[in-house]
Amino acid sequence: MSWFLSWISGAILYAAPILFPTLGEAVEQRAGMVNLGLEGLMLLGASLGFAVSFGTKNPWLGVLAAAGAGLLANLIYAWLVVHRRAHQLAAGLALMFFGIGMSALIGKPYVGQMAPVLPKYAPTGPQSLLFRYDPLVYVAFLLAPLFWFLLFRTRFGLRLRAVGENPAIAYAAGVSPSLIRYIAAALAGTLAAVGGAHLSLGITGTWSEGMTAGRGFIAIALVIFSRWNPLRAIVGALIFGGAVVLQLQLQARGIGVSPFFLDMLPYVLTVLVLLVWGRGVRHVAPASLGRVYFGTE
Amino acid sequence: MLSSWRARLGWSAVRLLLTVVVVLGVFGLFLWGLGRDPIKAYQDTFRLNILNPRGLAGVLARMAPLLLTALGVAIPFRAGLINVGAEGQFMMGALLGTWAALNLEGLPMGLHLALVLLAGMVGGALWAAVPGVLRARGWVNETITTLLLNYLAPLVVGYFVFGPWRAPELAFYPQTPEYPASARLPLLFGTRLHLGFFLGLFFLLAYAYLINRSRWGLELRTVGGNAEAARRLGLPVERWILAAMMLGGALAGLAGVAEVAAIHTRLKLDISPGYGFMGFLVNWLAFANPLGILIMAFLIAFIASSGFTLQITQRLPYAAVNVLMALILFTVLAKPLAQRGKR
Repeated sequence: MSWFLSWISGAILYAAPILFPTLGEAVEQRAGMVNLGLEGLMLLGASLGFAVSFGTKNPWLGVLAAAGAGLLANLIYAWLVVHRRAHQLAAGLALMFFGIGMSALIGKPYVGQMAPVLPKYAPTGPQSLLFRYDPLVYVAFLLAPLFWFLLFRTRFGLRLRAVGENPAIAYAAGVSPSLIRYIAAALAGTLAAVGGAHLSLGITGTWSEGMTAGRGFIAIALVIFSRWNPLRAIVGALIFGGAVVLQLQLQARGIGVSPFFLDMLPYVLTVLVLLVWGRGVRHVAPASLGRVYFGTE
Repeated sequence: MLSSWRARLGWSAVRLLLTVVVVLGVFGLFLWGLGRDPIKAYQDTFRLNILNPRGLAGVLARMAPLLLTALGVAIPFRAGLINVGAEGQFMMGALLGTWAALNLEGLPMGLHLALVLLAGMVGGALWAAVPGVLRARGWVNETITTLLLNYLAPLVVGYFVFGPWRAPELAFYPQTPEYPASARLPLLFGTRLHLGFFLGLFFLLAYAYLINRSRWGLELRTVGGNAEAARRLGLPVERWILAAMMLGGALAGLAGVAEVAAIHTRLKLDISPGYGFMGFLVNWLAFANPLGILIMAFLIAFIASSGFTLQITQRLPYAAVNVLMALILFTVLAKPLAQRGKR
């Protein structure tokens, strides 16, 4: 029983850093942009957040710096895609290269160091010792319904989805597709970098090169799984978090399976999730997803 | 016709030169911002990797895996597929090739090597078949699966390198025993340049010929151009999608096994400084054009070598080279779409 509770508790903790980028990507894709650069943005956030927290002794400044850097970096992507009409997948991969390289440069002096981490708080209750989380975990789970509301119950959300379905018609209706896409990209960049910063400042307390280990790509898979719905993204993030924690627990118990096979668990699970729930989503996907909008001139 | 072709080539050269100037300028500023001397850094990289014959051979040696991984991306690209999984296919090629190298010892010299290279191709092809099947069936998009499989392949290799295949005499550094002499790709002129470079050139020529001059190439390009039209024409679209992925995977796998058989001589985890991703970049810059692949593979091989030079002379982490690659891609992508053609 205690094993089960600690599994649930861990799943919630590990769901948070993947939920941030998943929500951001969901918004971005709802506006018609696929961003493969999440992995780079997360790494950028993880390394810069760690470096700033180490330097200022304040983890919150680290999170703030990560958010700002993620926003700016993703504006490069948005500029390429919206303004220069670049191919979205290529622009995303360029951003991935950028994030991998920059994070290695930023993080190099901090390998093996410890930085001040985010404080943990618990809700009152019987299992409060087990369910102690840093505020970003609560933020992540609160953001999901907030984004659902933003996308499906506000005028802005309607416009954003209209741009994702058909930018030309949205334009005809008086919406600026470029502006909407810049805003969506700014949101997504911020969230992805905060997710990375949560990994280094909320969970590990250390920095190592490539520490996000493909979470940026798993987040994209989770967006497909969640059918571009922020509320379903919670489920996806919990499944992934559960797989990560299960793997860690099995490793700690020293069962007779190679750790390499246990490490495969989250990736294999992601592919399986895509296979089972990712089929036939084309009619749910935003119609202009991945297409270049050439404007109406 | 000829003059327009020449004008186009001239224009391409001008654009390439402009891109290089812009990228070198921005990266120079970046180095300067990090407190390094960009002029000296560029001088060093040029002197050590172009003017020095051994250095130049090293650049050509890096072209070998890049030509093959770029082709591994280009073939699916022509069929309308985005293969971002060359990195994983590279590792799996090296894995299966190593199995053949360590278990088929005793075969005649040439035969053993041929089987090792073939096993590498099979390894890469099988790894690419997973996203290939999923895509051909219309179940899962290949972009995301190829990316995810990149994270699985090193774990599979890690299992063998740390476990059953680990060389007993090297306790502190996990790697397999050395390839026997009959499984090694010969190095040439006492430099790092090896036979894999000529394998890369051979497959580049084969690609250039087959893609433009054969029925296979025409069918493949038809599938890539308009899958629905190809289906109505009666082409086996699903089979072509799978075949393109597996062919691409086979070449990326060959790159992996050749790299181990020539340079490392043992399988270990750090055999690739990102050759798969660099191959993607090469193909993207060249737009699957054979001559372009040759030029871009040289350029990226030079940059990768420069990364190691900067690591030593400027004490920058190797990953800094990724920033340079990103700047190149940003610059190319920022050019007006009119120049980029289709897609």
